[in-house]
Amino acid sequence: MQSFTTVTGVVAPLDAVNVDTDAIIPKQFLKRIERTGFGQFLFYDWRFENGQEKPEFVLNKEPYRNAPILLTRKNFGCGSSREHAPWALSEFGIRVILAPSFADIFHNNCFKNGILPIVLPEEVIQSLFQQVETQPGFELSVDLATQSVKGANGFEASFEIAPYRKQLLLEGLDEVGATLKAEDRITEFEEKHKVFYQLSF
Amino acid sequence: MGKTLYRKIWEKHLVVDEKDQPSVLYIDLHLVHEVTSPQAFEGLRIQNRKVRRPDLTLATMDHSIPTRNRSLPIQDEIARKQVETLVDNCRDFGIKLFDLKSANQGIVHVIAPELGITQPGQTIVCGDSHTSTHGAFGALAFGIGTSEVEHVLATQTLKQYQSKTLAINVKGELPLGTTAKDLILSIIGKYGHDFATGYVIEYRGEAIRNLSMEERMTVCNMSIEMGARAGLIAPDETTFAYLKGKECAPKGAEWEAALTEWKTLSTDEDATFDLEIDFDAEQVTPQVTWGTNPGQVIGINENVPNPAELPENQKRSIEKALDYMGLAPETPMTEVQVDKVFIGSCTNSRIEDLRKAAAVVSGHHVAEKVEALVVPGSQLVKQQAEAEGLDQIFLQAGFEWREAGCSMCLGMNDDLVGPEERCASTSNRNFEGRQGRKARTHLVSPEMAAAAAIAGHFVDVRKWPTKELKGANV
Repeated sequence: MQSFTTVTGVVAPLDAVNVDTDAIIPKQFLKRIERTGFGQFLFYDWRFENGQEKPEFVLNKEPYRNAPILLTRKNFGCGSSREHAPWALSEFGIRVILAPSFADIFHNNCFKNGILPIVLPEEVIQSLFQQVETQPGFELSVDLATQSVKGANGFEASFEIAPYRKQLLLEGLDEVGATLKAEDRITEFEEKHKVFYQLSF
Repeated sequence: MGKTLYRKIWEKHLVVDEKDQPSVLYIDLHLVHEVTSPQAFEGLRIQNRKVRRPDLTLATMDHSIPTRNRSLPIQDEIARKQVETLVDNCRDFGIKLFDLKSANQGIVHVIAPELGITQPGQTIVCGDSHTSTHGAFGALAFGIGTSEVEHVLATQTLKQYQSKTLAINVKGELPLGTTAKDLILSIIGKYGHDFATGYVIEYRGEAIRNLSMEERMTVCNMSIEMGARAGLIAPDETTFAYLKGKECAPKGAEWEAALTEWKTLSTDEDATFDLEIDFDAEQVTPQVTWGTNPGQVIGINENVPNPAELPENQKRSIEKALDYMGLAPETPMTEVQVDKVFIGSCTNSRIEDLRKAAAVVSGHHVAEKVEALVVPGSQLVKQQAEAEGLDQIFLQAGFEWREAGCSMCLGMNDDLVGPEERCASTSNRNFEGRQGRKARTHLVSPEMAAAAAIAGHFVDVRKWPTKELKGANV
């Protein structure tokens, strides 16, 4: 997994609440068996009409086409558990998402894919939307080690992150490998744990 | 101090519990389907890892498969590849698969309960958010991403942070003519689409105890539509009666041992929840969503909201939803016409759902220009419905009768709602584009969907002249 230390760049404002994973990556693109190739379909129905870019959609506009930071509203990533959503965001180049809240499964999936979801209070998010609107090309710097977000205009905020998730992002850890190191404890658990079904087909 | 049901299940599955680290939780049942698993198996192959417990892993194909003629090859090449990949993966890693030819194939959340595999006190995961369905049995069940699917395949465990607990006490009785679907939609409508984010819900109270297992599954299924990690209902005699004799349920002395354990699975009287709310079942009416998330829902006799009357911060998202849905403010819900009707999905495709819809449909015909389809949740449900003659009721009324799968709930196959077409759907999500590009979804109960198919518009099913079905246990 791609590790994460700092990201500095343009902040793209996606001013919508409850952005669901169906919108992030529509179902017709979930049939691929690879982990790659999803970036081109990110926000497909919002980005394209009849195969052509919709000029009014934020990620089709300059300077947001290559923005690494997405600013959005509450409950981002709700709905389907599809990890194709963070795959698409990551491949498109989004490394940080700022929102007042995230849906649970999506939030969890981000950390497995080198994306840092940052929760900031609603009023801070609102103020960032205003700054993006009034200061063209508004940029932020995000530093995971110090858990801080800073702007050249003096904006400053800190954010919370569970220590394990921080380590996961900083080191790009192989989680399965790490768990398998404690395989003895799994075996030990299994010896005294009872499951009351058998797949006897 | 006493423990909640959630806490009891959690503690029973703790493999590793260290400070400042997520806990390592053992998984009793891992359900796998074609869409969210290929990249996980690929990960195993790259690292040369095995599936730790193929005996606790069950796969089926449900999302991207056709629901028409199964004797033909899948036309969609990319979908066919995905389905074939699942076949290869299950063969290579020794996992039991219910493929398209299997009598047990169906929607993953329908088949595990009906075979008695889903049981109280288990931890159950699947790369699908509606895994919350299995919480109806008092199992801790939740959806995971593909990286986590890989983690569970390799280790039979998952790294988890403990959730907060939310009790929803549903008091009183559901009024005649209302359903479990109306109940859960009412709750989501009242508290909102993200109300339960960070929580595991336990549904409690008289109205919940009176629900059948299939109705409880409908309620728990939609916990995710409130943002909850999972929804739970403590097991009781209804649960045990449902499980007894099911194919994979324990038998004889094993059954007795299981029962002894299952009977301990309830929240202790002196346990406390992080949040507790009371909900009055008596106020529930037949529900119809008008917007683009399940929280945007009203009673059948209400009018679509008027954004002009709402505070500024809500106005824009409501205007956006109404615009997408092609609805004018203040439109009475009963005047909204439908083009398509879909009865199916992991929310409402079980035998009781089909019986109830058939009772509404019996003796009527689908309205002109309305296309209606019934997609049973599993091949076993389909077989049972056919044995009861329900398929004939639907077919004579002008419905299509399909093979089991997720179908039009998410339209990964060719069961799609067209641009600006309006669909009465018994599924769980009315998101933009969910059933097809620019498709307009209205979530309802099976009874409401059936009545809308006949009338051509939404109607109050409480006033519907439902017939008693002979031979069917309606």
